[in-house]
Amino acid sequence: MNAPAGTASGPRRAAVALAALALVGASFASLDLQWSAFLGADALGSMGRFAAEFLAPDLGAAFLRRVLGAAGETLAMSALGTALAAAAALLLCLPAARRPAPAAAPWRLPVRLVLNALRAVPELVWAAMLLVIAGLGPMAGTLALALHTSGVLGRLFAEAVENAAPGPAFALRCQGVREGQVLLYATLPQIAPQLLSYVLYRWENNIRAATVLGVVGAGGLGQMLVFHLGLFQMGRTATVVLAMIVLVLGVDLLSYALRRALVR
Amino acid sequence: MSTAPRALLRDPAWPGRLAAGALALALCWPLCVATEFAPWRLLDARSLAVGGRFLGQFFPPATGADFLALVARQTWRTVAIATSGMCLAWLLAVPLALVSTAALSVSALSGRMARPAAALRLGARAAMVVLRSIPELVWALLLVRVVGIGPTAGVLAIALTYGGMLGKVYAEILESADPHAARALLVNGSGRLAALAYGLLPHAAPELASYSVYRWECAIRSSVVLGFVGAGGLGQEMDNAMKMLAGNEVSTMLLVFVALVALADRLSAWLRSALQ
Repeated sequence: MNAPAGTASGPRRAAVALAALALVGASFASLDLQWSAFLGADALGSMGRFAAEFLAPDLGAAFLRRVLGAAGETLAMSALGTALAAAAALLLCLPAARRPAPAAAPWRLPVRLVLNALRAVPELVWAAMLLVIAGLGPMAGTLALALHTSGVLGRLFAEAVENAAPGPAFALRCQGVREGQVLLYATLPQIAPQLLSYVLYRWENNIRAATVLGVVGAGGLGQMLVFHLGLFQMGRTATVVLAMIVLVLGVDLLSYALRRALVR
Repeated sequence: MSTAPRALLRDPAWPGRLAAGALALALCWPLCVATEFAPWRLLDARSLAVGGRFLGQFFPPATGADFLALVARQTWRTVAIATSGMCLAWLLAVPLALVSTAALSVSALSGRMARPAAALRLGARAAMVVLRSIPELVWALLLVRVVGIGPTAGVLAIALTYGGMLGKVYAEILESADPHAARALLVNGSGRLAALAYGLLPHAAPELASYSVYRWECAIRSSVVLGFVGAGGLGQEMDNAMKMLAGNEVSTMLLVFVALVALADRLSAWLRSALQ
């Protein structure tokens, strides 16, 4: 799978290719895949019916308005989640960053550990856990996005703080200014554009994540999708899926156009 | 603090910063309304009781022998779903990528690509856009309806979404390789597959392989998430445990998941450096 034919020149590559093949073989052998469930004539028929129902999306004005509302909720979840995460990351980036030589950074290790844990758990798993505490609805989704994203942004921000040119910060430290103010008046002005671009990039990701987050009950388009799919209303489900595609492609196009406009 | 006079310590930029902060807060307000954002709801008695009990069980994690065996089995299934899905995705992506690579087009050698070939290429690219713009979680939800709960839906969901992604990126990598060798081969009458094997792959193979390995790593992460909609593996077990409010089981599975992702990350980094 991983090594296309023609590259396995050394024994090492051959070994990697063999291991990959063995992994693929073991995977297919150990999963009880129901090939007949999607390749048999019966299954193909039901899949065909399923697809045919799907081709008639419900485009009634009242329903479209509700889909639009859910899309707005998805956007709001992603925006607020990203904003909360950016605020948390701004607070955490200072303790998570390495300090210049003589100063110790006692909080660095524990804060990094927390950031890694926040980042390691996917948004959807956070959402499923938060549902237990916060109940169904978009708030659980927003908090889930915020938790995962603060792990990502916290680390990126801390790295930006570490990599900023040290001159201005050094000048302030020599005057006995405290670390928080050094960040505010020396480091942040330098790295603000970089931080903003990280936030925008994560927002783009979060819009994509927020569309599907609702399938566990955390609001937005995803929740609507599961609701109508559960009632076997295929036309309405199709409309929601279309709205998801439009949202995701629209964000892709917009970010592509913005990037090109900014780079030029 | 220093002994400088207070006037020197005043922030010259504070009106702007204050205004920007106030504007940001004002913009956040409608968002809070739209998302029903009310964090104090987390602090009412019922939420605190349920949440406290759930989180309180996280430590110590569940370590019964039966349960650990179950987790090990489900972890392997997660890896197997990701690997099988990647394999099917690869089978889907390679023909799509080859069809949509202009560098392998014979008719494009003499100016514009022939019309049927161009139409086929456009069709393949459109198919890949549709495949990858539907998130794998949505594919899995729909497929669970068709093939039932279990790993089959997960494998197919990964195959469809990743097929679209791999096809697009493979085509891009092939297009960005030095086209001269393939062009020379095609001009002299060699077949397209020979031109691919001897003209493009020698340049592009390491990059193709390393991207595939990276995607395999992503597939492991997403196969856990797919479990939450009934596509089998560790995610489905985690979902069950959360619904039963069994915090100790959830915490064990979270630890196993984090370890699995870290392991896949290390393995994929090592493989990619070995393949370059």
